[in-house]
Amino acid sequence: MKFTLSWLKAHLETQAGVETIADTLTRIGLEVEGIEDKAKALSNFIVAEIVTAVPHPDADRLRVCQVNTGTQSLQVVCGAPNARAGLKGVFAPPDTYVPGSGITLKVTKIRGVESNGMMCSERELELSSESDGIIELPDSALVGQKATDALGLNDPVIDVSLTPNRGDCASVYGIARDLAAAGLGKLKDGPAASVAGTFPSPVKTGLDFSDEAKDACPIFAGRLVRGVKNGPSPEWLQRRLKAIGLRPISALVDVTNLLSHDRGRPLHVFDAAKLSGNLRARLAKDGEKLIALDGREYTLDSEMTVIADDANALGIAGVIGGVETGCTESTTDVFIESAYFDPIRTARTGRTLGIISDARYRFERGVDPDFVIGGLELATKLILEFCGGTPSEIVVAGSAPEWKRSIAFDPSAVRRLAGLSIATEEMVAILRALGFAVEGTGPLTVMPPSWRPDIHGSADLVEEIVRIKGLDAIVATPMSRPETLGGTVLTGAQRRVGIARRALAARGLNECIHFSFIPRAHAALFGGGDDARQLENPISADLDAMRPSLIPSMLAAAQRNQARGIAHLSLFEIGAEFSGGTPGAQTSVACGLRAGTLPRHWIKGGEINAFTAKADMLTALEAAWGQTVNIPAMPSAPAWYHPGRSGALTMGPKALAYFGELHPRILAAFDIKGPAVAFEIFLDRIPEPKARDGKNRPPLDSSSFPAVERDFAFLLPSTVSAESVIKAAKTGDRKLIDDVTVFDVYEGKGIPEGQKSLAISVRLQPREKTLTDAEIDAVAEKIVAAVTKATGGSLRG
Amino acid sequence: MSDLNALETRLSEEIANARDEAALEAVRVGALGKKGAISELLKTLGSMSPDERKAQGPLINGLRDRVANALAARKSEIETAALDNRLASERIDITLPAQDVPRGTVHPVSQVQAEITAIMASLGFSVAEGPDIESDDYNFTRLNIPAEHPARQMHDTFYMKPQADGSRPLLRTHTSPVQVRTMLANKPPIRIIAPGRTYRCDSDATHSPMFHQVEGLVIDESTHLGHLKWVLEELCSAFFEVPHVAMRLRPSYFPFTEPSVEVDIQCDRSGGKIKFGEGKDWLEIAGAGMVHPRVLEMCGIDPARYQGFAFGMGLDRLAMLKYSIPDLRPFFESDFRWLKHYGFAAFDIPSMEGGLSR
Repeated sequence: MKFTLSWLKAHLETQAGVETIADTLTRIGLEVEGIEDKAKALSNFIVAEIVTAVPHPDADRLRVCQVNTGTQSLQVVCGAPNARAGLKGVFAPPDTYVPGSGITLKVTKIRGVESNGMMCSERELELSSESDGIIELPDSALVGQKATDALGLNDPVIDVSLTPNRGDCASVYGIARDLAAAGLGKLKDGPAASVAGTFPSPVKTGLDFSDEAKDACPIFAGRLVRGVKNGPSPEWLQRRLKAIGLRPISALVDVTNLLSHDRGRPLHVFDAAKLSGNLRARLAKDGEKLIALDGREYTLDSEMTVIADDANALGIAGVIGGVETGCTESTTDVFIESAYFDPIRTARTGRTLGIISDARYRFERGVDPDFVIGGLELATKLILEFCGGTPSEIVVAGSAPEWKRSIAFDPSAVRRLAGLSIATEEMVAILRALGFAVEGTGPLTVMPPSWRPDIHGSADLVEEIVRIKGLDAIVATPMSRPETLGGTVLTGAQRRVGIARRALAARGLNECIHFSFIPRAHAALFGGGDDARQLENPISADLDAMRPSLIPSMLAAAQRNQARGIAHLSLFEIGAEFSGGTPGAQTSVACGLRAGTLPRHWIKGGEINAFTAKADMLTALEAAWGQTVNIPAMPSAPAWYHPGRSGALTMGPKALAYFGELHPRILAAFDIKGPAVAFEIFLDRIPEPKARDGKNRPPLDSSSFPAVERDFAFLLPSTVSAESVIKAAKTGDRKLIDDVTVFDVYEGKGIPEGQKSLAISVRLQPREKTLTDAEIDAVAEKIVAAVTKATGGSLRG
Repeated sequence: MSDLNALETRLSEEIANARDEAALEAVRVGALGKKGAISELLKTLGSMSPDERKAQGPLINGLRDRVANALAARKSEIETAALDNRLASERIDITLPAQDVPRGTVHPVSQVQAEITAIMASLGFSVAEGPDIESDDYNFTRLNIPAEHPARQMHDTFYMKPQADGSRPLLRTHTSPVQVRTMLANKPPIRIIAPGRTYRCDSDATHSPMFHQVEGLVIDESTHLGHLKWVLEELCSAFFEVPHVAMRLRPSYFPFTEPSVEVDIQCDRSGGKIKFGEGKDWLEIAGAGMVHPRVLEMCGIDPARYQGFAFGMGLDRLAMLKYSIPDLRPFFESDFRWLKHYGFAAFDIPSMEGGLSR
């Protein structure tokens, strides 16, 4: 919403300057987005007269002018075709910044002739795109005067960003009313005097709606004005419209634009000669077509309201008029339409057709239902003033929608909600200044004015009072501390997420955050891509599927980095993967990826393999869980992993984690170079810690007798897992065996085809006495027997 | 007597001349071995008369002790020299790089969320969460956003394809549905923050279709706008790590709050870089207000008895402001260089006692 300072002052009697007004507007909830002050930006430009203009000796199109600036006479080279002696124009002296061309002028030589400044076109002053000739000012302009004064540009333009509830301030008058209530001045008289009609309107208005749709347009008023003479509107009106970025068209059209911005009352003026019979508001027919004032043809549907005559739809109600019945220079009889259109339907129509207009902006926020006739009278008055003519009586179909309502208001609500002490009398004064009717003392009965459809309850009234009083009055008030410190702030799950994050970062992985939606083709590689997980309206075609796993996001990131020449990277993300398209069909996952060859190092031995991912996974899982994880890995990771080099940790029917090398087919799909290993931990599936007897730890079980380690190497079929060997070895003596670890695995030369050598170290921890050699040998024998029985292998000699 | 002196002189020379442990051992055997010169002398003590023994005993024993000490001292010298020699040959180039220990990082959004959590926890707030995919009911209806509100349209909100059950869920456009869920599941008093991912159909230089919000909600019988202002002042001064942040409330409009305010904090943009807690400029930092009575009602809370405030702010934006990160979009692009440059060390865990940042 834009307006000029002088326009505001047409409605508001105030001494306040533009800064105070802007500050007040923002303070009362009408946020000032900007103040455009041409007088400031163009302060160097002055009125000057060309005294002589002779052809440039060296260029046909240029003229050498002597310019009188009021204080001196300067030589200026000018290329404008209209540069001539006696022209009064706008002069920019050297060192002036010219906004339209973005340069700062210097004294210069043009084809050998010195030029001291510039005579300017409208484009150079950013007044229009006109650059064919220099500005010609009327004779009344004074040489040496500021150009902005001569051009009538000394009027700052204020731009207010309106919140959607404040349709009443989509008008300069409404803004003046709010400012007056805030104590910044006095609102000048508003309501328009009625203009008596001298004959019955030959064009009638009608409402043609079914009962269900009758809210679409409850009132449709109008009147005919005969014998108008259309032409340019007065200078002051044109200046106002131009200042807010509108193009003056003709007096008849400019009046409607003025009322729209000045009073928030959109109107339409039909050329009555082009109408067939009477006018009515009705719903459009499906497929009905209309060419609008923007020159485009729109296809309407039966949810949209139109204004129609007996033959055709003439305009889209509340949105835009039609071109067929618009006013032209030759229009002599006009029909002025003023109606109320349903905000919701108007908004929907505008949205469906993609039309943004000043009318729509106001109707969808709700225009004043009590100003349908008032607006019509005001428009009549202006048209008579500018174009002459004779008005008919007013015709009205329907009646204004009911807007009167009363709200019970306990003044203590202001203290209760805002923490502010304001005397009831002051509250009443504020409400009345805003146009509310207030009755009663103690509990009040408040009736909002017709232009405030946004006010419904007590809290709304508190807001009105507080915003006009000023939110600066609100004092920061400490809150009481919570009753106890016993409760935890984070849930167990939240803590686990935080710990997993720190553990992974500590292992050298870099945390990323990726979009929750990925290309459908990527989702399909990870068990997703079904319709239920598709977005109806993705931001782009390749961000259309809710991700079924975090790995595709990570691989895409790795690919982008590899393309930038980063050969190796290790990333992790903690976020949701989606198993469906409904609320709750998501699981929190910690996912890591290491991809690409490690940089070479003079200390050899670093390599990325499935066990790197296993260690990453176990580090995070154990940190998050808060305990050692002894769940054996099973070869049951999903299809995006290498089938022979990946594993899963499961608890009951569900996987707790996956890890391993990624499938070469997946790596190829993402164009990843070098090896890539990944893991996924399903954080939501980590069990809550067992409820224990308080926080007591069990006593330490430490033996004072020396532990003994014995090594065993077995020759085994290749398919036998280390896990089964360890498990079997432990059965050798469950009490005595403290730990079994694998310290060597070998396949190849010296070992028969299809077999492998696996060496374990067994740690025996006696608790009652030191072990004798015989006792150790006995346990060793049992271990060998258990392993060979369980695995079909043998002890290597 | 002179025999003993001569022997001691010889042995002393031999000890001093011994170059390695083997030579020294030969000297020791020659002197103190079974048949060594001193051992032989000691053997003669047994056949001496008591008087003679009394005179010779101390002399011979004294000789033995001095020679033994000299041997030990020389041995130590030889060992030290040998060790020095060995160490001299064991020199490495200590300027060679050690094994790589890659420095992992925590994403700025995670870090800032942890900072906000630490601050708000100290004010008695706990953390609530909810799903990314939400129902229309929780994301809009119960927040008093009417069916025709522009925010509900396809150009603002991501919708899922119709589901098997006929529903048409959406990606939450704010974390406010977590407030709805919290109010439906809990009785007042309520004091929570709700951080998380949010989604809007917006993508340009300053908007990302996914971003992060943190919202706060307090519901009890007496909390008012003054408390809101205090909490946000505490939050902002703690977050930006300045003693005090001047704050300005401006009236605004949100369907789910009444009165609604926008919150500006004092800042200084004069130096090209933004500074907080000083200056004459204002920066919008949050939207807030008193929870709308209709929202309370629709979330099962009696608006005649309970009231409270809600606020919302952008986590990504807070990170950008505090740590001078210029652009939003790289937050989600995982450029390795960006992650390392703007990320935080694993053990820089924000806390009120240890400080939010270094």
